Amino acid sequence: MSDDLGFFFLLISNGLLIGLMYSLIALGFVLVYKATDAINFAQGEFVMIAGFVAAGSLMVWGAPLWLAVLVAIASLVLFGFVLERLMLRKLIGRPVIAVVMATIGLASILRGVGPFTIFSGSKPLPLPIRDEPFVLGPLFIPPIQVLGAGVSLAFLAGFGWFFLKSRKGIAMRAVADNQQVAMAMGIDVERYFGVAWAMTGIVSALGGILWGNLLGVDVNLALVGFKVFPVVILGGLDSIPGAILGGLIVGIVENIAAGYIDPYVGGGTKDFAPYVLMILALMVRPYGMFGKRIIERV
Amino acid sequence: MTSAAPRPFLAVSNIEVIYDHVILVLRGVSLAVAEGGIVALLGANGAGKSTTLKAISGLLRTERGEVTKGSIELHGKAIHRQDPSAVVKHGVVQVMEGRHVFEHLTVEENLLTGAYTRRNGQATRNDLDLVYHYFPRLTERRGYKAGYVSGGEQQMVAIGRALMARPTLMLLDEPSMGLAPKLVAEIYEIVARLNREEGVAVLLAEQNATMALQVAQHGYVMENGRIVLDGDAKTISQNEDIKEFYLGLTGVGQRKSYRDVKHYRRRKRWLS
Ligand SMILES: Nc1ncnc2c1ncn2[C@@H]1O[C@H](COP(=O)(O)OP(=O)(O)OP(=O)(O)O)[C@@H](O)[C@H]1O
Ligand SMILES: [Mg+2]
Repeated sequence: MSDDLGFFFLLISNGLLIGLMYSLIALGFVLVYKATDAINFAQGEFVMIAGFVAAGSLMVWGAPLWLAVLVAIASLVLFGFVLERLMLRKLIGRPVIAVVMATIGLASILRGVGPFTIFSGSKPLPLPIRDEPFVLGPLFIPPIQVLGAGVSLAFLAGFGWFFLKSRKGIAMRAVADNQQVAMAMGIDVERYFGVAWAMTGIVSALGGILWGNLLGVDVNLALVGFKVFPVVILGGLDSIPGAILGGLIVGIVENIAAGYIDPYVGGGTKDFAPYVLMILALMVRPYGMFGKRIIERV
Repeated sequence: MTSAAPRPFLAVSNIEVIYDHVILVLRGVSLAVAEGGIVALLGANGAGKSTTLKAISGLLRTERGEVTKGSIELHGKAIHRQDPSAVVKHGVVQVMEGRHVFEHLTVEENLLTGAYTRRNGQATRNDLDLVYHYFPRLTERRGYKAGYVSGGEQQMVAIGRALMARPTLMLLDEPSMGLAPKLVAEIYEIVARLNREEGVAVLLAEQNATMALQVAQHGYVMENGRIVLDGDAKTISQNEDIKEFYLGLTGVGQRKSYRDVKHYRRRKRWLS
């Protein structure tokens, strides 16, 4: 195989694995949007907080890894529940912009308050996996990316099943579709809002641990949240398969950009290339590739 | 069964309903539904039919409405302070006006949401079969998104979904609204069968009095938030005022009011 082709495959394989890790975080966003129609601009900060909790448990408190993972998940689930109760429930039925502004505000607060409650400076979040990449011909595959992609796929499949087949999942979609009718069917609508935020907490906790291992834990960990927007716009705000596909596309696009364009312009294209694609996608398919359309009847 | 007259298991006594703390909409409404009976609640636009049904189902609160006086009792137990989910568990389900389906869910998923409060998997599957038995048309549509099936089919989904809760009382709000006469007849036929064969009592809010009085045993006529007339269905359908205003059977002299009635119907069709 020529070096050029090998390089291309390297970029693609890397993009796919990283892309699935974006999908995991996007899933957090999708869960909330699907169930409550709220747009969460603090998704990246959820991930950051999870990273702080996990790294804090490991490094400061000295907990074993399994416990740190559990603590991160439990804290984020609780955080999601409480946040819904105290802040978001008050905003139900208000214009979308109210929720958007509230979560943007929340994001700033978390970025400001998060670090000094636990520690300052960047902390590593070591996981018991090897550092040296697997080498497969031209491909170098870091084990953390394999783990990340695996965890992402497992949770995407799990939540996909939940929404499609389970009684509670169907009820949740009913709530998202029409709250009043859902109530008429005896569904306890408000409880499901809390459940959706709690589920986002689980996904964010795992995202925080995986991305924290990859990038180190500090305020900048929240920046992965910015990748969520191109992912969900490309895939559809409320679609789980869309989150997978959107993640893969964003992963590949940024790797291709980094591999082929960066050398000529001195770097940085990786960070905006997905947004170029996002804007193009918005112009062509405003509901994303899998998103639900507003059904209009005449 | 030893008792002669069926006892009223739903008793609405003198209720007053206020929206937004200030808008008084029901001014002392009383009505009763007997076990296994069909009762028609008639009246023009804005009379307060839907409000009465929502007061019973508890959905009033989702629209900032409140029962401020009187009581609503089911088997002698007050339900007017309970939330909709508790009312459904007591066997009372509302089919809201305007064929509200979950548009992005399939027809079958819509039906499944009706069984939400019951949790019994096997019973739910049997009841799905029951719904498809009564609404054979839905069988072919089970995998379709409910937002894309026809208006008549959506009304069937809404009624079938309520049936999945295995109610003892169904609150049906204008099932005829915006549907072609043939479909209306089809749906009424099924409602009558559900009542006969499954023993579901029905409180039926309608502007289409002709249709409603054909299936109901008893009727109430509402105007301006009050019950102005009540009696058995036959008596009401022979009442001259009712003929004039709700059945559209007036002589030449009353053309104006007849046209008004027709105008209402037409407008409703457009709005739906
Ligand atoms: N959410 C609400 N807030 C304020 N007023 C309301 C509300 N809902 C209904 N009303 C008012 O209450 C009155 C009765 O309305 P309701 O919907 O019960 O009438 P209806 O008999 O069902 O009429 P229709 O045949 O048009 O459905 C109307 O004057 C209406 O404007
Ligand atoms: Mg009405």
